[in-house]
Amino acid sequence: MAKRIDVSGLNAYYGSFLAIEDISMTVEPRSVTAFIGPSGCGKSTFLRTLNRMHEVTPGGRVEGKVMLDDENLYGAGIDPVSVRREVGMVFQRPNPFPTMSVYDNVAAGLKLNGKYKKSQLDDIVEKSLKGANLWNEVKDRLNKPGSGLSGGQQQRLCIARAIAVEPNVLLMDEPCSALDPISTLAIEDLIGELKERFTIVIVTHNMQQAARVSDRTAFFNLAAVGQPGKLIEIDDTERIFSNPSVQATEDYISGRFG
Amino acid sequence: MSHASLSDKRPGSSLRGATLPKWFPWATAAGSIVLGIGISAVAGLDSDIQWGLIAAILFVLGSYAIAAKVEGRRQAKDRVATSLVWVAFILAVVPLASLIWETVRRGVKVLDGYFLTHSMGIVGDKEPGGGIYHAIIGTLEQVGLAALISVPIGVLTAIYLVEYGRGKLAKAVTFFVDVMTGIPSIVAGLFILSLWIITFGMGYSGFAGSMALTILMLPVVVRSTEEMLKLVPNELREASLALGVPKWRTILKVVLPTSIGGITTGVMLAIARIAGETAPVLLLVWVTPLINTNPFSDPQASLPVYIYLQYANSGGAGAAYDRAWAAALVLIAFIMILNMAARGIARWKAPKTGR
Ligand SMILES: Nc1ncnc2c1ncn2[C@@H]1O[C@H](COP(=O)(O)OP(=O)(O)OP(=O)(O)O)[C@@H](O)[C@H]1O
Ligand SMILES: [Mg+2]
Repeated sequence: MAKRIDVSGLNAYYGSFLAIEDISMTVEPRSVTAFIGPSGCGKSTFLRTLNRMHEVTPGGRVEGKVMLDDENLYGAGIDPVSVRREVGMVFQRPNPFPTMSVYDNVAAGLKLNGKYKKSQLDDIVEKSLKGANLWNEVKDRLNKPGSGLSGGQQQRLCIARAIAVEPNVLLMDEPCSALDPISTLAIEDLIGELKERFTIVIVTHNMQQAARVSDRTAFFNLAAVGQPGKLIEIDDTERIFSNPSVQATEDYISGRFG
Repeated sequence: MSHASLSDKRPGSSLRGATLPKWFPWATAAGSIVLGIGISAVAGLDSDIQWGLIAAILFVLGSYAIAAKVEGRRQAKDRVATSLVWVAFILAVVPLASLIWETVRRGVKVLDGYFLTHSMGIVGDKEPGGGIYHAIIGTLEQVGLAALISVPIGVLTAIYLVEYGRGKLAKAVTFFVDVMTGIPSIVAGLFILSLWIITFGMGYSGFAGSMALTILMLPVVVRSTEEMLKLVPNELREASLALGVPKWRTILKVVLPTSIGGITTGVMLAIARIAGETAPVLLLVWVTPLINTNPFSDPQASLPVYIYLQYANSGGAGAAYDRAWAAALVLIAFIMILNMAARGIARWKAPKTGR
């Protein structure tokens, strides 16, 4: 199920603007890796190169290698659509499909991709909603519109939608930034459970969150505005938060920089 | 600052000034109308428009003068803006209401079941009797054919422009759509006339008219669909793509369902707009007093041309004159029904919040 990601020498561009430069790192399977760093350093950009969503942006272009186990995502003949089925994504702002019910939102990935039997779908929807800790709250309103849920519920709905297609890797871009502390905790607990089955990468601006949920932490930084973002270091989360090997990391974590 | 001092109603507080009572605008309006009528009577003006204008000017000036005295200049300006908006609103509504009123008043005279179900086949130009059945058939078929051609082409073009279009081709298509928007209907008619009837040697037919109507309808459909597709948040497209759904399915299953209400509204309004076109239909479909249900050969009648001919034959009174108004009423009703259907569909299909 869960797969290892191995990135080497990755550059990503927006048109002619080099947004991130020469990133190399390994993300272990069945672990949570957190990305931290100042705004604009390219965390989202890097995350989106991991499931080939970067090239959806007009002008988006990637150089380098991203190995998923032993397959290069940017190799010749690789279909981005299949990549995205293996590497799921949860966005910063909850974005359920407004025309679909709760049920259809969770089933969307399967329904839109092919034919499934109704009974099979029922099982998958229930399993995914339970997996996202949302089942109890919505089991009586599966046919109500998904956009009628609260923000936190919507975000968990989006997580359910992402895990329903059984990806190998789950990317999360600041999944809690629009949520209250209770929903945030619910999602953090969820991440803890999900890492049994998936490889998880999470972008966060919340240091405590990174410390709480992640096994490894990567710190990104950029020299100046207009310069490309770079990976400064990646290490065990404990190490990063207690005794990082780079001074810039310590400055950033302890709130001293500039 | 405590809350107590804010709610304190001591006189001279800088937060409250003198205010005119709620009924002030109504009183000013009533006063201006009375004065307007009075002035016109004294000056011997007998047109409704003249006293209306005088009353409107008195209303705006009066509100300003009184409010400036009592409430101060800023509030007075606010009142002037408000009263100008009201005057403009009334100026816009009066012609509309009177148009509908006149059409209904004159149209109901001959409008009945017989009128809707009979043609003009055996009825002389000025004789009473006859109806618009043949014209309704013609208009429905011509407009229906035009919609059948331009809706798929228009929606697909808009999808191309919004979802795929980058670079030169998209720019060229946008440019042509812009140019098409500006084509006068008579020119569209002449274009099809020279191409279809003169060059290809085809005869008059409902379909020839439909082609000209298509030229008029297509840019409207493209434009409104484009706007609706642009309103669909990019996040939804990305959410779908990130699930591993191919782009074309994303468009079909996520983007279109989200915007279908708006697209339908745009299409209905485009249909309403071409349903009243007279010039190209007269050029290309010609006209007949008989029922012709085949839009692909021989002249057909249509409501706008029917109205025009009945009026032209009537000399301003008599049976033909009444028929023209009744047909106009039917045309307006048809367009109104389309508009309301469009609104209904837009509301029914709008993404639901469910709260
Ligand atoms: N669509 C785009 N077109 C052009 N440049 C972009 C685009 N999106 C991001 N960028 C640029 O790429 C750089 C990295 O942006 P990115 O969104 O990856 O930063 P981030 O680390 O996720 O920041 P934040 O923490 O604020 O989300 C920034 O300089 C940004 O201006
Ligand atoms: Mg970001």
